Amino acid sequence: MADALIAITVLWGFVFIYAVMATMDFGAGFWSMVYINREKTRATNIANRYLSPTWEVTNTFIVALVVAVYSLFPTAAYNLGTILLIPGSIILLLLALRSAFLVFSNIATEYKKPLTYISGIAGIIIPGLLISVLPITHGKFVDYGDGFANLNLGRLFSSPNVYAFIGFAICSTLFLSSLLLADYSKTAGEMDAYRVYLRDGRILGPISLIFAFLIMFTLQNEAEWLYERMMDDLPLLLISVAFFLIIGVGLYAPSIFQKGVMGMPRLSVIAATLQYLIASYVYGKAHLPYIIYPNVTIESAFTDPNSFRAVFITYIVGFAILFPGFIYFWSLFMHDKKYLRQKG
Amino acid sequence: MDDLFIARSLFGTTMAFHIIFATIGVGLPLMILAAELTYQKTKDQDYVVMAKRWTKAFAVLLGVGIPTGTIAGVQLSLLWPGFMEVIGRVMPLPFQIEIYAFFIEALFMSIYVYAAERIAPWMRIASLILVAIGALSSAVLITNVHAFQGTPAGFRYENGQFTDINPWEAFFNPSFFVTAGHVALSAYVVGAFVVASVAAFKMRKHETGTRVYQLHQKALKLTLILGCLFAFLTALNGHESAQYLHEYQPEKLAAAEGLFETQSHAPLAIGGVTDKETKEIKGAIEIPWALSFLAGNSFDTVVVGLNDFPEDEWPPLFIHTLFNGMVGIGSILIVIPLLVWAWRKLLKKDHYPKPLLWILVCTGPLAVLAIEFGWIFACTGRQPWVIYRILKTAESATTATNLSTLFILFIAVYIILAIAVVLVLLYFFRKNTELDDIERAEKKNVPLYSSNT
Ligand code: HDD
Ligand code: HEM
Ligand code: HEM
Repeated sequence: MADALIAITVLWGFVFIYAVMATMDFGAGFWSMVYINREKTRATNIANRYLSPTWEVTNTFIVALVVAVYSLFPTAAYNLGTILLIPGSIILLLLALRSAFLVFSNIATEYKKPLTYISGIAGIIIPGLLISVLPITHGKFVDYGDGFANLNLGRLFSSPNVYAFIGFAICSTLFLSSLLLADYSKTAGEMDAYRVYLRDGRILGPISLIFAFLIMFTLQNEAEWLYERMMDDLPLLLISVAFFLIIGVGLYAPSIFQKGVMGMPRLSVIAATLQYLIASYVYGKAHLPYIIYPNVTIESAFTDPNSFRAVFITYIVGFAILFPGFIYFWSLFMHDKKYLRQKG
Repeated sequence: MDDLFIARSLFGTTMAFHIIFATIGVGLPLMILAAELTYQKTKDQDYVVMAKRWTKAFAVLLGVGIPTGTIAGVQLSLLWPGFMEVIGRVMPLPFQIEIYAFFIEALFMSIYVYAAERIAPWMRIASLILVAIGALSSAVLITNVHAFQGTPAGFRYENGQFTDINPWEAFFNPSFFVTAGHVALSAYVVGAFVVASVAAFKMRKHETGTRVYQLHQKALKLTLILGCLFAFLTALNGHESAQYLHEYQPEKLAAAEGLFETQSHAPLAIGGVTDKETKEIKGAIEIPWALSFLAGNSFDTVVVGLNDFPEDEWPPLFIHTLFNGMVGIGSILIVIPLLVWAWRKLLKKDHYPKPLLWILVCTGPLAVLAIEFGWIFACTGRQPWVIYRILKTAESATTATNLSTLFILFIAVYIILAIAVVLVLLYFFRKNTELDDIERAEKKNVPLYSSNT
């Protein structure tokens, strides 16, 4: 029991890290497209300066996630692989176009605009599709005719709950990335870009919250078991909403650290991360022990104990080796004033 | 078309496409490193210019290599869920460790490209070494899964159950080192000859002795030396790979050589077509006794023929041609650099005639072709098994139907990416000529690596 629980916690950790990094990544790509014609505010440059060195690292996380699923829960991988063929393939196709054209747009500067449009638009659809994996695991869209699991696409795309998830994913992507870019441009001293992103954050915050409520509201009908279990943790959900108010303070209140500057984006970024952490903890806890409701549980899908031990050791060793690399990376691209403030 | 066939074709296409970028992605960092180190030794700025230009090409190629690799990795679970379930249970380590290799490559590649001007020279070299190690390890580790498919180990399989699982024993399966060595060495062959091709192509267009000509001539020399060395090592190691087939997958070796009768003093067949009906190989040049010697270092070695296996377990017989193609190209690639050397040193000629340059232009595409032949030979030659004598391909495939639309979509995206990547490379290097970079390298305060207009 304990091992499977550790494994699902690791997996959940990966999902969370990837979710945060991917929202920043896809969001930054989208903003760099939206502001491409506003050369004066440099909002696009800021987005690109964040994006260029990080997309590759972010992409590696999605691979890490897939690998973690099949090495920790092979049976779940079997079922998910079968069910997700169509949505998974579409995600892959979009991801390929997105990544490639993102790189191309930085190299073929004369064609930057069309290339950025392709990568920006492909990129913003991806989070919507990725999140649809969650409602799929709630079980209602999977048929088990003739012994094989099969995804019922018709039912999937006529479900309000699925659309609530999709809307939420796209809005939060834009919301979180505008918070991060606000913080990033403030550090870089690009106040024009900062104001643009601060405004975007103010608009998108409430919309994301509305979608979150919509998810809960539609969940009630479509996956009652999950809704009830989430409601058991109502206090935590309320704390999560309270963090949303702190995000608001970070966006609207004058800075207490710097005179004459509106907003404390760093506070908002941290509060937002905590808010999503709490909410996804509640969701994940309610989802247990099911990986795919009701047939696949963490127990039934768990890998061989020997393999688990070996994999777990590589996690620890790998993390120990990589950690300094991440720190160095962070200090070069997130922290180095010379990089952040460069022209161009 | 039947769904299994489409699934196989789809995955094979993905791999055939990914492998081009992946292999160059393993080979090119070593060439960049060689150029950087040569610069440290000679202080000749031209080598920095080469390193910069290859790095840019590498960054563009990664833009296709990484997403197609992501497709490959996820598609394994989507198309072969039965296979990945077994891999997840028994052989998760290579994929797991590979993630760390990807991280190392991704982190230090970004540092090398986007922070080149802000870090110390030794740190730049260290980053590059880490990129090269990351790329090499990812190739070695993914190949390990392939090795496991041919020589599974580390578990017992009874009544459809996997017991006594030992993931480290699976990791160090019998053919791991040989196979991984072959893939690594052949990737360096590709890296070297692809650069040599471009250099020869450029020399063809510029007057002998001009600045740009000299730059490419230095690049050509560097890569031909490395290419010849690695081609030779690849052939040595390939010989050992064949001996492993003799030991562990005899029907694959038999099909590769079109050998039907089990025999000692078996002949080596070159060329020709294997005929399933008459059970003989037609139109081949046969070297008597050679196969026995290659398989076991002695003419008395008994090589098992296809007749000893049930016909429904035979690999497809066309792999004979693929094997010949790979070995043929491997041999040519050893000879060509030696010819150039003989021309220059023995005949003391100091120019490169056009026909010679054209031959050199062909080496890069040939090396890539050898990689394609080798992989299709290795994967298709394992049929009908996905894990040799344990799991059949048909049993591991997805149960989903109607894969043809997906197949068309993936092909369309690969075509788009292929065209776009060529156009972007042409655009970039037309706009940033060799002379621009030479000028930047000579002026101390102008950024070289981060320049891209
Ligand atoms: C530049 C590429 C290249 C070159 C010149 C060669 N090979 Fe190769 N070969 C590969 C690239 C490759 C590969 C694509 O990397 C393969 C596919 C699977 C593998 O493990 O490596 C391969 C597989 C492979 C296998 C099959 C292994 C298996 O099925 O498990 C054998 C027996 C050889 N090779 C033998 C040779 C010999 C005798 C060569 C003599 C020159 C040779 N190769 C040159
Ligand atoms: C990188 C170059 C590779 C190429 C060009 C390649 C090519 C192919 C092709 C053409 C097929 C279809 C075979 C057939 O059905 O006749 C195939 C199948 C397959 N390959 Fe490879 N392959 C490559 C590497 C790998 C590696 C490294 C692995 C291990 C992870 C792998 C695992 C598989 C699996 C699981 C299948 C499907 C089942 C099967 O047909 O055996 N391949 N590959
Ligand atoms: C032997 C053949 C192969 C070689 C030499 C090879 C090598 C590489 C290299 C050098 C990269 C770029 C890594 C980076 O910069 O992050 C890459 C990417 C990738 N490859 Fe392959 N690969 C091979 C086959 C495969 C196969 C069969 C799979 C599927 C299981 C695969 C999965 C991936 C993935 C998932 C990525 C993207 C990694 C990322 O997101 O950073 N590769 N490969």
